[in-house]
Amino acid sequence: MARIFAYIVHKAGVADDSAAQLAAAAKKIDPAASPIALLTGFGADLAAACSAVRASYAEIWTISNEALAYPNAELIRKSLVKVVPPGSIVLVAHEHFGIDLAPGLSIKLNSTFVSDVLDIAGIEGSDLKVVRQEFGGQVSAHVRCNISSGAVVTVRPGAFKPLESAPVAATVVDKSTEVGALTAGRRYLETIVAEAGDVDITKQNVLVSIGRGIQKQENVAIAQELAEALGAAVSCSRPVVDAKWLGKSRQVGSSGKTVKPKVYLACGISGSFQHLAGLKGSPFLIAINKNPKAPIFQVADVGIVDDILEFLPELTNKVREMRSIAAK
Amino acid sequence: MEILVCARRVPDTSENEIELNSAGNDIERDELVYSINEPDNYAVEEALQIAARIGGNVTVVTVGSEDDEEILRREMAMGANQGVLITDEAFNGSDARGIATILQGFVRKGNYDLILTGVQAEDGGAQVGGMLAAMLDYPFASLVNSIEVLEGRKLKVSREIEGGNKEMSEIDLPCVLSIQTGINEPRYVGMRGIRAVASVPIPTFGASDLGVDPGAVGEAAAKVKRVDYFILEFGKGAEMLKGSREENVDKVLELVAAKGGLK
Repeated sequence: MARIFAYIVHKAGVADDSAAQLAAAAKKIDPAASPIALLTGFGADLAAACSAVRASYAEIWTISNEALAYPNAELIRKSLVKVVPPGSIVLVAHEHFGIDLAPGLSIKLNSTFVSDVLDIAGIEGSDLKVVRQEFGGQVSAHVRCNISSGAVVTVRPGAFKPLESAPVAATVVDKSTEVGALTAGRRYLETIVAEAGDVDITKQNVLVSIGRGIQKQENVAIAQELAEALGAAVSCSRPVVDAKWLGKSRQVGSSGKTVKPKVYLACGISGSFQHLAGLKGSPFLIAINKNPKAPIFQVADVGIVDDILEFLPELTNKVREMRSIAAK
Repeated sequence: MEILVCARRVPDTSENEIELNSAGNDIERDELVYSINEPDNYAVEEALQIAARIGGNVTVVTVGSEDDEEILRREMAMGANQGVLITDEAFNGSDARGIATILQGFVRKGNYDLILTGVQAEDGGAQVGGMLAAMLDYPFASLVNSIEVLEGRKLKVSREIEGGNKEMSEIDLPCVLSIQTGINEPRYVGMRGIRAVASVPIPTFGASDLGVDPGAVGEAAAKVKRVDYFILEFGKGAEMLKGSREENVDKVLELVAAKGGLK
């Protein structure tokens, strides 16, 4: 069985949550595996991140280089290619960094690439059988990947539950000298932090969240009226921001805001994992969608198959009616 | 600037409910509405805007069959100078690496400064752009949501990272960028525009034209193969409210008040 590596994303000395998840994914590929954590970086941050993954990995390989202080995917790819043995399986979290690194890494390692894996179905001969999703999560697929010359596998964040593990006396192997000088055709300049919006959707008890089902810019008012009546705020999924109907500060998801309301009304939102990744603290999730097969119904607490353009105005009227009775 | 956009025709998820077929081994493909992969359309719009700012030529290429010509014409109606269809029986069943290999053959025949792809297609893989860049030894950036052309054959690009933050980088040309949706507002294409390009010839290229080894692409060379489709039950499943609309409205209001409170 090929050796399994897990590339660990870390920031300011803190290992990403995916570190322990990748260890769990490695064990699902091969229960006998002793996966090796791969960390690149520089200085105290690298040392701190290295200590942080000791609970999940018995062996850790590090590449320390000043050029790797900021995670530039091209430089990291060039350094990994020098140290990862041919035929290995390399696991990487499927987020913005992994999307940048993994496809090119597979080419340079001459290994098979399979992306955004959410489960491992097992090994059959020289094939690794995995589960992934297509069409925004509307359907899943079993996929067979020939791993006879190794593989680069990106793993969906949150899909694998970390294993219970006690800290071990991890062996740390410094691979820095195998790498040499590094240059890239892409150079990091700065990070621009998202502007705060007019409404802070991260601090709301109730969110009326709209997706593609709102259909037109004019219809956004339907959600705004409901939110106003409820004393809630309007948030949204990616297509609404892409269409410029609401600002980026209203977007819930891995590339938007992480919210933790008590109630989340998902209106015309299909429920892609990137969107659901922005929901924390287990809100009470009420989903309204025309499509009875929308993935959102699998994770919602309560679901209603209906047209939001008709349902939401009736809900708004009901709230107003109730309030006017209460005021009397 | 010579700009190449790699595009693909896919079932349109905003027009279709994707369902399993009766045998349960594939999606129901009858009567699917196809359109250009949405991120690819943003990539074409971005290419057109760059060409309008600094001058240039925009070519849209797809690997597929005659059916895929419709998206090339659509993008030509948007303003792309040229559409190219890459088609060959030997390409059928290619995995993402096969598609990247075919595109690499095409890129090497031209003289492109900038190659754009959409961030991902219907399979959600985000694979081809990064593979193509590595095959060409070009720099690559994924999830790009702004592009500024700098002096000295360089671009300043931003990538969409967590929390709506932007990672700014400088990248040398030639390079490959995968374009995120929302980077611009793709222009509307009317029927009249599509009719105007209906008879423009679309050049086609096959394996031998591109110097692509048929043994390195297609189904036989594919190391990644989909076995089947199925519906994954990943949550506990919602309690579905089956009442009348009025009853459902009452229930939702009751739940919102109880679980979240009304302000």
